Amino acid sequence: MDEMQEIIKTYVIKEYVEDDTELTYDSPLISGGIVDSFSMVSLKRFLENKYNISIPDDKATPEAFDSVNKICALVREYVK
Amino acid sequence: MSNIGSYDERVKNFDWNISEKELDYKPGDIINIGWYCSDRICEKGFGNKPALIWEGSTGNEKRYSYNDLRLNSNAIGQFLRGLGIKPEDRVCLFMDKIPELYIGFLGILKMGGIAQPLFSAFGDESLFVRLDNAQTTAIITQKKHAPKVRKIMDKMPYLKHMIIVDADPAKPLLDREVAFDMGKAEKIEKFVIHPTFAESPSVLHYTSGTTGQPKGVKHVHYSLISQYLTSKWVLDLQDSDIYWCTADPGWVTGTSYGIIGAFSNGVTQCVLDAGFSADNWYRFIEKHKISMWYSAPTAIRSLMKAGDEVIKKYDLSSLRHLASVGEPLNSEAVIWSEKVFGKPFLDTYWQTETGSMMISNFPGMKIKPGSMGKPFPGITATVIDAETYEPFGESGKIGLIAIKPGWPSMMRTYWRNEETYKKKFQNGWYLPGDRSSIDNEGYFWFVGRDDDVINTGGHLVSPFEVESALLEHPAVAESAVVAKPDFVNMEVVKAFVTLKPGFVGSKDLDLDIMNFVRKKLSPLAMPQEIEFIDTLPKTRSGKIMRRILHAKEWGEEIGDTSTLEND
Repeated sequence: MDEMQEIIKTYVIKEYVEDDTELTYDSPLISGGIVDSFSMVSLKRFLENKYNISIPDDKATPEAFDSVNKICALVREYVK
Repeated sequence: MSNIGSYDERVKNFDWNISEKELDYKPGDIINIGWYCSDRICEKGFGNKPALIWEGSTGNEKRYSYNDLRLNSNAIGQFLRGLGIKPEDRVCLFMDKIPELYIGFLGILKMGGIAQPLFSAFGDESLFVRLDNAQTTAIITQKKHAPKVRKIMDKMPYLKHMIIVDADPAKPLLDREVAFDMGKAEKIEKFVIHPTFAESPSVLHYTSGTTGQPKGVKHVHYSLISQYLTSKWVLDLQDSDIYWCTADPGWVTGTSYGIIGAFSNGVTQCVLDAGFSADNWYRFIEKHKISMWYSAPTAIRSLMKAGDEVIKKYDLSSLRHLASVGEPLNSEAVIWSEKVFGKPFLDTYWQTETGSMMISNFPGMKIKPGSMGKPFPGITATVIDAETYEPFGESGKIGLIAIKPGWPSMMRTYWRNEETYKKKFQNGWYLPGDRSSIDNEGYFWFVGRDDDVINTGGHLVSPFEVESALLEHPAVAESAVVAKPDFVNMEVVKAFVTLKPGFVGSKDLDLDIMNFVRKKLSPLAMPQEIEFIDTLPKTRSGKIMRRILHAKEWGEEIGDTSTLEND
């Protein structure tokens, strides 16, 4: 577990999980229907604000956003 | 050979009683969509045929035969009746695309109730205005969506029951809550179906306009006549088809063609209740050998964006026929689908109010990529002058799409809003609110909406609703909402916002406002972009000039600004 994983997971639970569904770092977010394609825009915005990065639109794919771990890998590509 | 055969011959010899005869219906008979979609198929000897193959996000699968559809919809109908729900009471379906949604829809119709499907991603405010308008008696939902209903329960004394289909037995239910587990419920062999007739109300779908609250579009059981035949002739549903309609029954495509058209034709349909990914969609087609695929331009463009390489990993040779709905299908998408799937997506045009397809590309007809196609046989459609409401005498002119009223699935009114309903008609024509032209071969070509409604991913979003929600945010003083062009969704919501004293535009405030609207209304309505500005363009009488903001986003001429306040 690292800090980034926990921050992103906590944010996803707070913003997108409506009930007491448990989330792991590998839970499918997009394919699992927790975050829909429209809401991905706000999740992307959160990551950009939090880590002061800019994620190109063509990298913000449903596959790249499909779990906390995948998101962390994506964010790390852009964090200096 | 396609079901429609020759389009031109069908147009010449058309009568809606073709559909009535195929369904063994005579005017004055009882007609109940729930019965036609389950019991009738069983009576024809297809009780054991798979009706619904459902797959969840983890790959778990459930299968229901037509007999299962019949028994389970009877069980739901009986349960609702047992709660004291009466014919014509509104029963809301507020669920993901789970089997209970599809079967519950039929159960509500069988007991004579009015099914009110609502998109499960709606936030509590969007949910409340729709339930309040309909004065809904009961809502069927999942435990994951129950918190949104509980939040507004106190404001809805008319809502007598919240039925939870997957309630946790370990957790106590609250006042007015009741559990119903379809898997464990007793299957009901004999159920007295409510004797509904042609004009008995069946479905209440909500749609958004430029101004005012969402409108409840009232449909009746006779809509089946259109939905059955358009499914057969346009979607070309055949006995051996494995059909996949990707639409959510929270919207009209998901009920007209994801439930009624599919089951009344007795085909096997598959449902994927999972978020979008190109890999997962192609895998689903391969696994279930989908032959007829009815999808939406947004999904098709997302697949285009995912590239052609991923397609090569899957065997998609089962695909026989493809169609699309929701927003205009651009010519590039038609050409692309022909290249990668070996067949084009055929565009279909209709809306919540029409209940069934109005203008389509038909199997066997020459396809002009980018065109909406031609009117369904029996539908008189044209383009009229926006000033005189008279049809143009020549081809190529852009005007309002106009349809002669009277087809079976036409809405009967807007719920408790007859005045707005009447405004949809001019000079004997029904006006869907879209503009197009007709070419010299009779093909329609979509131009755009005739109002400010935003079509995002095939769903209509009211700028008024979003602006109202924005004003409830503590930092927002004024707002104006317009469509912004988008490759995948055609349009997305963009908000222009002025802030109250003491607030400063920032990235964090931008995100906070986005999330505020998403939770209050829905992810569709969430502005994908927010621009903080000092003042909004207004007329001298104080009306916000959205037109100017829209033109800016689309790179269009701003036009007449003589009434601009700060000109």
